[in-house]
Amino acid sequence: MSASLEVSLHQDLPIPLAAEFQCAPGELLALVGPSGSGKTTLLRSIAGLYFPAQGSVRCAGEVWYDSASGIRLTPQRRRVGLVFQDYALFPHLNALGNIATALGHVPKSERRERARTWLARVRLEGLEHRYPRQLSGGQRQRVALARALARDPRVLLLDEPFSAVDQVTRRRLQMELAVLRERLNIPIVLVTHDLDEASALADRICVLHAGRSLQQGAPHDVFRHPASPDVARLLDRTNVFTGRVVHGPEGPRLAWGDWLLEVHHGLEGVAEGSEVTWYLPESDIVLQRSGSTSRGLRENLVEARVEQQIVLGGFSTLTLSFAHETQTMRFDITTHAARRNGLEPGSQVRISLLAAGIHIMDVSPPSSSAVNEEPPCP
Amino acid sequence: MDGAAFGVSLKLAIMTSLLLLPLGLWLGRHLAQMRSRWRALPEALVALPLVMPPTVLGFYLMLSFSREAPFGAAWQSLTGGSLNFTFSGILLASLVVNLPFAVQPIQRAFEALPAHLREAAWCSGLSTWQTLWRIELPLVRPGLISAFALTFAHTLGEFGVILMVGGAIDGETRTLAISIYDHVQAFDETAASTMSAMLLAVSFVTIGIVYGLAGRHRWQGRG
Repeated sequence: MSASLEVSLHQDLPIPLAAEFQCAPGELLALVGPSGSGKTTLLRSIAGLYFPAQGSVRCAGEVWYDSASGIRLTPQRRRVGLVFQDYALFPHLNALGNIATALGHVPKSERRERARTWLARVRLEGLEHRYPRQLSGGQRQRVALARALARDPRVLLLDEPFSAVDQVTRRRLQMELAVLRERLNIPIVLVTHDLDEASALADRICVLHAGRSLQQGAPHDVFRHPASPDVARLLDRTNVFTGRVVHGPEGPRLAWGDWLLEVHHGLEGVAEGSEVTWYLPESDIVLQRSGSTSRGLRENLVEARVEQQIVLGGFSTLTLSFAHETQTMRFDITTHAARRNGLEPGSQVRISLLAAGIHIMDVSPPSSSAVNEEPPCP
Repeated sequence: MDGAAFGVSLKLAIMTSLLLLPLGLWLGRHLAQMRSRWRALPEALVALPLVMPPTVLGFYLMLSFSREAPFGAAWQSLTGGSLNFTFSGILLASLVVNLPFAVQPIQRAFEALPAHLREAAWCSGLSTWQTLWRIELPLVRPGLISAFALTFAHTLGEFGVILMVGGAIDGETRTLAISIYDHVQAFDETAASTMSAMLLAVSFVTIGIVYGLAGRHRWQGRG
């Protein structure tokens, strides 16, 4: 019997939803997307606090919700552990009382001891009798997490659990969650709009927009290979351009302005003249030192003009423009390297666009006029 | 001091407060959770006794309590007695008049509950009743005490509606406020001032309780 969480939810109104995803036991799935993308609604649907018009929620072999057969299990019968964004601790109960509330499935005589154990697990020994108003943001979050886990849940749901704490506390709590989850063999669903957080904590991410799940996969894969320009935009991937496919003696090439770019994957079988939208991760842009050609050799060597240089501590963000392109390219280098190469707004640079990193997204079939156009020179 | 009037007033105030508490709890919670755009309608109906002249409200209640009116007739067929000029009548009138004093503090208390508290309780495995009993009621307790105190004090001093519906039958419908009026009419200012001072003290203590609880609630803050 699968202990996975399987979610498939659809509706048009009042909140549009078209989301399908799974989460295996021990796996942490991050639902990412901007505000209003339906992340929290999906989480509430899993918890039984919201019932979309159509779809199903299954967990650990049980049907929790199925619109077709009319099954609608209440939150009490689903056994979910939910950490709310504002923690929703019971203000009239102390830390021990908050956790004991979720221990209804344990004999009454054992509840206090079990609650103490959970407090110890989240490193809050000695704070048993503190009320929520007497705890710091990080301590409240830990009590909320302990309360969610004390329920012995079949799935753990985290709704922006780190958004209400400061940067330092957030980092510490994220590390604690990373350690804690190694001992949890249940699906964990994390809702966040923080891409760094999703990337650091999740085994897989699911990108949502307007209630629709657009892409799922390992964070590294999704960030390097966004499925569409929309996903790239939602993931704050800026280096998205359009080019045209040209077939030459060395195989298909990507014509971009005056350059013919080599691409390792994605152009196989694409017709001559097709317009393609492509993305290049910042990590696959190599700045060539002035006067010499270093690593990357002559791989997709292009010239650009530095439009803007923003120094953020040890790193500088460069914005480059191209003569043929309205879209700018952005990447980070160390501030030291920027100084060493004498980079400043207005200076010309040569960069290599690594062929292995160029990711082809949309392909539009060639128009008749495009096929007849003269190809650019290599 | 009119002992019989004091007894009627005390009985009326206690019964009104006790009967309105569960009704106010149900209605106040329901109104606080209501998301319909029609919410203003029941809210306005509940608040109506606050703005209606007591004599007008008393007049309509008197008409509906008469044996010729459907409500009065139904009451008579059920209980065998009439409502006008009886303790049952002034109790029923008192329930209507005091509805906003019972409902509004409880409604405000429920509205002030943190947004996800109820859902957190459900996800922790508490049933709807357990959630009400163990989570919501302890948190709205200041609202419940306010509702009880305001209803009690207001009933003790109610005059116009009670006079219209109940008249001033000694030991049955003659309350302390009516007795004060009667004593002033009879130029017995000593008795009137004793009873007035007592009502003043009760009102002051009641308001003190309400504001004291509100201040304590502010101090406690939210979790």
